[in-house]
Amino acid sequence: MTLPANAPENVISAEGLNTSVVCFPTISQYYDLVAAFKADGYEMIVDLCGVDYLEHANRSVPEGIVATRFEVVVNLLSLSKKTRARIRLQAGTEHPSVPSLFDLYPGTEALERETFDMFGILFENHPDLTRILMPEDWEGHPLRKDFSVGRVPVQFKETPAPR
Amino acid sequence: MTDTFRTTNRDDILAAETSEGAQELKRRQETNKVELGREAGAVLRIDGLTLDPDQVDYERRDDETMIINMGPSHPSTHGVLRLMLELDGEFVLRTKPVIGYLHTGMEKTGEQLSYVQGGTNVTRMDYLSPITNELVFSLAVEQLVGIEVPDRAVWIRMMMNELNRISSHLVWMATNGMDLGSTSMMIYGLRERELILAFYEKTAGLRMNLNYVRPGGVAADLPDGWQDDIAVICDTIDARTYEYDQLLTGQPIFRERMLGVASITAEEALALGVTGPLLRSTGVAWDLRRTMPYLAYDQVDFDVIVGTYGDNFDRYSIRLNEIRESIRIVRQCLEKMPAGDYRSQDPKVTPPPRQRIGESMEALIHHFKLFTEGFHVPEGEVYVGVESPRGEIGCYIVSDGGPKPYRMHVRAPSFVNLQAIPLLMRGGSISDAITVISTVDPVMGEVDR
Repeated sequence: MTLPANAPENVISAEGLNTSVVCFPTISQYYDLVAAFKADGYEMIVDLCGVDYLEHANRSVPEGIVATRFEVVVNLLSLSKKTRARIRLQAGTEHPSVPSLFDLYPGTEALERETFDMFGILFENHPDLTRILMPEDWEGHPLRKDFSVGRVPVQFKETPAPR
Repeated sequence: MTDTFRTTNRDDILAAETSEGAQELKRRQETNKVELGREAGAVLRIDGLTLDPDQVDYERRDDETMIINMGPSHPSTHGVLRLMLELDGEFVLRTKPVIGYLHTGMEKTGEQLSYVQGGTNVTRMDYLSPITNELVFSLAVEQLVGIEVPDRAVWIRMMMNELNRISSHLVWMATNGMDLGSTSMMIYGLRERELILAFYEKTAGLRMNLNYVRPGGVAADLPDGWQDDIAVICDTIDARTYEYDQLLTGQPIFRERMLGVASITAEEALALGVTGPLLRSTGVAWDLRRTMPYLAYDQVDFDVIVGTYGDNFDRYSIRLNEIRESIRIVRQCLEKMPAGDYRSQDPKVTPPPRQRIGESMEALIHHFKLFTEGFHVPEGEVYVGVESPRGEIGCYIVSDGGPKPYRMHVRAPSFVNLQAIPLLMRGGSISDAITVISTVDPVMGEVDR
């Protein structure tokens, strides 16, 4: 349970499996917290992904955290200290929008694009927030829990009609 | 008799059929200064490594340069990677990878499959190193459930994982040789890999996509006489690596294509989140097997291979020498392989032996529950990372207490490493672009998932 030295005040943190700390910042604390981690020797963001908690809304979060539908999960890695840290950001329920980490870690560019593509979470100040895996004209965000499985036929363009 | 594909505006139809819209590289006139700077290499914009946007010749006219499309079905792109290159004659000014052609929604599929079935899904992501994928998934599930894995299972996993690293690097040697015109290397690499695939088939029944590593242990014990097979594999491949040395390492044409081409610095690699041989080629001795040991990697003796210049040749040497180091580890596994169970005896995650089902009601119930519903995993979330042949592969699992993962995310090393391609290609010639794709070694099944 070690937060970086110059982390924003009142960041709620907890213990986690296979990580030194799990932080639960608010959206306004998020960017500063990641910057503090970076200054503290976390050289790399190894992973950034989204989670849609639509069907698991009553998950356990520390006291004082308002759980929202969408969560952005950031896994940081410190090569010098050989530790990991995790940030779970409550990204919002209706129109999730969080700051982009591109200025701090350019390596999050593709990961944030993927999260946008799959969940529709917007990343403010991301240089190129376009779809990355799905086709450009795809409707909806497939990893959301209310996106059904196997109901949408694969859409090849200009498919000939069935014979 | 209307043939839509032979009308006069065929070009328009083709463009509409293949367009990826905003994901594509834009023409120079349509992009602004900041965007040009980013495409020239995102990493160059951050503090300390700043690329002055003024250095980018953004006022260049469109008729001086040419945007060409490479892939998605180009033999040197190793699958369905599509690159849009802006060329000035022979030289690459900007690159943008366009991916997603192999996207099959495997993370979504993972949410529909139980933890027992999940291995068959993840093993198909990085199809050149299936064991690593299964391993990271199993480790994550075991952390959540809290299963103790027997010693023998740990060592079998480690041995199979290293054999996997050898076979994956051999395919890399083969395809890299082919990209550079050394077709004999392609045949040799695939020939040696065959030895390992044959051993997989003997052990697990399948050559690829084995579903061999499962939560709780491995699917089957090693076959009788496995020691001899492993000894033959190790001796043969070890001797052959020195033949590759003769064929490639000292060969002038090969060295000319590799030495000093497409180099990357440690700061750039770290900022981009690049891992694996690509990171180690810059001199950063970061190998999860050594720095954050899992399985029994702290009990075997091996060296972490690092480079100095971060160029193509370093990446080649690292992979060649990692084959030798993996052989060292496999030989130690051969010596130290403990006796005992090859999977956990916890009836919750391991099906009972076949004949027990006829004798014991309890065994029948366990068997039925395991293969219909699967086992329940306590609520929680975990991220586990292991070293795959391409870098850190990670698995983030969220469990809601049910028999299926609530969310299963795989951090694919190739997906992140792909971000280094625009930086590596910038300013190089188009023939070097081929070697860049090759030495970054993306596996598209894993990039697109």
